[in-house]
Amino acid sequence: MGFLDKEFTQDNIVVTNLEALLNWARLSSIWQTTFGIACCAIEMMATSASHYDFDRFGVIPRPSPRQADVIIISGTVTFKMATRIKRIYEQMPDPKFVISMGSCSNCGGPYWEHGYHVLKGVDRVIPVDVYVPGCPPRPEALLEGLLKLQEKIRNESMIKSA
Amino acid sequence: MKSFEEILELLKSNFSGENDISSSKEGTEDIINVSPSMIKEVSKFLAQTGDLNFDSLILLSAVDDENGEKIKQEDESIDITGGTLSIYYHIESVKLVHKLILKVSVERENPVTISVSSVWGCANWHEREAFDMIGIIFNEHPDLKRILLPYDWEGGYPLRKDYRNPEFYNGMKVPY
Repeated sequence: MGFLDKEFTQDNIVVTNLEALLNWARLSSIWQTTFGIACCAIEMMATSASHYDFDRFGVIPRPSPRQADVIIISGTVTFKMATRIKRIYEQMPDPKFVISMGSCSNCGGPYWEHGYHVLKGVDRVIPVDVYVPGCPPRPEALLEGLLKLQEKIRNESMIKSA
Repeated sequence: MKSFEEILELLKSNFSGENDISSSKEGTEDIINVSPSMIKEVSKFLAQTGDLNFDSLILLSAVDDENGEKIKQEDESIDITGGTLSIYYHIESVKLVHKLILKVSVERENPVTISVSSVWGCANWHEREAFDMIGIIFNEHPDLKRILLPYDWEGGYPLRKDYRNPEFYNGMKVPY
């Protein structure tokens, strides 16, 4: 991304390959579904706010899953909510990504044994790309999760099989 | 403001049935035990008698007393037969500043009592929660269905002491 920092004084040519350009464009505008479940959602909102500024990575909350690229599962996934999460996920257009934020959505968290109402990990209903550990994870941890997701997108290829 | 003894006297003189009203002490609290068939009448009396005027139900909660016969299963879990489930009613008169605790015990095998939601409106959702979690059936309740768990939940009543997780709910695995 370095060349964007420098000012263009005159017309110029940038040489790149199409795949790198497309991947760079995609990873720089990962729009997220406006969706929060529990206390992790508070950390996620803090990450979006001015101090941590999710927006500088191109993460903009979208009001509809149909316009979103990523869904951050930020909190305890109950069975009642799991049904809804699956539905929201299915409404998102491909390519779509999932960040599982916090212990609850990773593996059930503190409810792993006696939580009769908690799904023990959101990966039992939808595929997860990045797991962010913590209870709840600090905004820095969520940012690192996002960077991991960007890394994943950067290495994707339309031609080569994954 | 009336003391516990005065209220107990009033209730005993108005409800003369054999086991309708009795008192007990649990921990530091004085409690009035009411039979399941009388709870609605007793509640109405407490709420509408002028010098008692219990106008507010603070909370209604159900408890598994765990006093039945416990049978150990092969997988270390227990099954309970017999014994009772209890419902506690914490009521208050905001106007006269006195409080009272009522207790209703129902049989575990036949947990049926009468709703007080016609006396205190807020009992509606509290009773739905007691039904959802412990499985107490409140007759005359206007809308007795699950409140927290999904409507199609068939795994039983999770706050009973002998509750066991179902294997699956709608294709989702339940145990860790």
